[in-house]
Amino acid sequence: MRFKGIVGLLSAAAISVTLAGGALAQDKTVKIGALFPLSGNAASAGVHAKAAIEVAIDIINNAHPELGNFPLAKNAGLAGLGGAKVEVVFADNQGSPATGQNQALRLITEEKVVALTGAYQSGITLTASAIAEKYGIPFVNGESVAANLTERGFKWFFRTTPIATDFAKVYYDFLTDMKAAGAKTDTVALVHDNTEYGSSVANVITTVFKEKGMAAPLDVAYPANATDIQSQVLQLKDKKPDVVLMVTYTSDAILFAKTMQAQDYKPPMLLADDAGYSDPSFLKAVGKISQGAFNRSSWSLGPPGSPTAIIAKMYKEKSGDEIDDTAARQMTGFFTLVEAIDRAGSTDPAKIQAALKATDLKPEQLVLGYKGIKFDDKGQNILASGVIIQLQDGENYVSVWPKASAEKAPILPYKGW
Amino acid sequence: MSFVLVQVIVGGLLLGAVYALFSSGLTLVWGMMNVVNFAHGDFVMLGMYVALMVYTLLGGGPLLGAPLAIVLLATLGIIVYFGLIRDVMKGPMLAQILGTFGLALLLRYSVFWWFGANFNTLPANLVGGTIDLFGIRIEASRLLAGVVALLVTLGLHLLLTRTSLGSKMLAVSEDSTAAQLMGIRPDSMQAIAWGIAAGATGLAGALIATFFYIVPTVGETLGIVAFVTVSLGGFGSVPGALVAGLLIGVIESMSAYLIGAVYKDIVVYTLFLGFLWFRPQGLMGKL
Repeated sequence: MRFKGIVGLLSAAAISVTLAGGALAQDKTVKIGALFPLSGNAASAGVHAKAAIEVAIDIINNAHPELGNFPLAKNAGLAGLGGAKVEVVFADNQGSPATGQNQALRLITEEKVVALTGAYQSGITLTASAIAEKYGIPFVNGESVAANLTERGFKWFFRTTPIATDFAKVYYDFLTDMKAAGAKTDTVALVHDNTEYGSSVANVITTVFKEKGMAAPLDVAYPANATDIQSQVLQLKDKKPDVVLMVTYTSDAILFAKTMQAQDYKPPMLLADDAGYSDPSFLKAVGKISQGAFNRSSWSLGPPGSPTAIIAKMYKEKSGDEIDDTAARQMTGFFTLVEAIDRAGSTDPAKIQAALKATDLKPEQLVLGYKGIKFDDKGQNILASGVIIQLQDGENYVSVWPKASAEKAPILPYKGW
Repeated sequence: MSFVLVQVIVGGLLLGAVYALFSSGLTLVWGMMNVVNFAHGDFVMLGMYVALMVYTLLGGGPLLGAPLAIVLLATLGIIVYFGLIRDVMKGPMLAQILGTFGLALLLRYSVFWWFGANFNTLPANLVGGTIDLFGIRIEASRLLAGVVALLVTLGLHLLLTRTSLGSKMLAVSEDSTAAQLMGIRPDSMQAIAWGIAAGATGLAGALIATFFYIVPTVGETLGIVAFVTVSLGGFGSVPGALVAGLLIGVIESMSAYLIGAVYKDIVVYTLFLGFLWFRPQGLMGKL
């Protein structure tokens, strides 16, 4: 009993020390909330997102003259706010839209953050940004692609990433080019989970393909976080589509790769919509049996010594993994937000909002291959763009399309293992 | 019957055998002690990590990983019994639920902290790749898990029905005071039951690791299936869990193939609830 009492007291003491530590933050800081899946099945993506934000904080809060004219790098802190430092409060959305919403509320009302970023899964960005909208707090998203996020008439929501419609067009153009080069692309199967991300992206792709005069893709929907997907792989094996388009998060992407190998099924062409196929742990776990998979990306590593190469190295030191498209897009969203705060010279949400609306970043100011960042009235970046990459050696993606920026020529058919 | 359908059924049976394998430990603890172990899925996860460690550190397969997982998890099970379960069993039902749920989170996030959130897998050829039987493809790793599921079910069933240890354990579960009067120590019996259940769960984890992904949160995905399997099979009935596991596996696979994967859970749970309406004690449970 006495032992338990002591343990209890110690725990209470530990908790109060932690809480007090949080309250001791410096006066001259700009507090930003970041919502990511730090636990649950997408935790792998969330942990990498956190590392990306932490690298960005390092660049912003410390002087990094080696990055040249990269925004916020030259001097320590935010020049527009007298050298104020940026502090990010991370919150765990646990992979649940309801938790994401609660955490957004907590960050705004209790942590008093001046702006929010996150939340990885489109379905959670949807609920969390609704809270930010209600409280009049800017929410900048760098990675969620569900089209409807910027179709809600929100005034406080800004998104830097290309969205599903942009990518659907990229896929269509890519497939058309591949067809012209002799590949068969007449029938497409669309494999997707039933989350906001999976179903909305699938919807958009189907609509765009139909508009362009292609046959509607065969729809293979499945519940996310599946224990078994043999039946879906057998469906594909049965229907023999020319192209399999995968819209899946990491856990299911791994199961698909393993089950395809077990069932000895190789589609002639496999094209993935980022997400699971970009997760470094997907590449480590099943990259070797997914050789030849195409994927979309906006990330491209510049020559040695370029800001992107230096940032990629910083990221690798922080996380132990190579930077991937998702982490780079998250970092871009965060930089865009902080650049706007710096330009606003204020932590007043309305002033940040006005600065975000006036954002005009050039390609050389970004870690990504976007044409720039400029928001339309809906808060969507109109200069976002993407390329197609291919996992040729089972370890690292190389850009293969469009031809102008390609490192290598695309290889067909899908090799698998 | 079309050829693909045979493959679907075979796949469903193998999947079901795996469900049965990781449910046997839960049904034992649930049926014998009336303790709902919410940490069950995380015990499976620990077994998977034992297999992963054995592979990455020693290069060994399940031949080494599985026995080690049994020993380690059985030890953990006994420690958990004396450190947590014995005390919370005296409290209200809610204490058990929260106690084992807290344990689940503790285990999950300890592994998370130590190993990180990354997904891991074991190579597919660790257990002989895939067998092609007249065009029906069977993963050797799943087949091994299926065979072991049958053996574990048989072993546990014989233990409970044919040995004096089993009779003593059943006596404690029926009436622990009366058993104590007969000279049986409920404490030891329940500790043994926890050890066996956790050991069997660890074994399940080590075998599932050969064909599933390994991640700290995998217990969430697998745990819920175990609960349904045990409820359908009948609380405490080891053969019931086997039959239920096979049934669920086949129904899931068939409905996913024939109707569509997003509807398979609706089919499974509608049948499940409908069945419990008529037989609340499950397939082979006693009321």
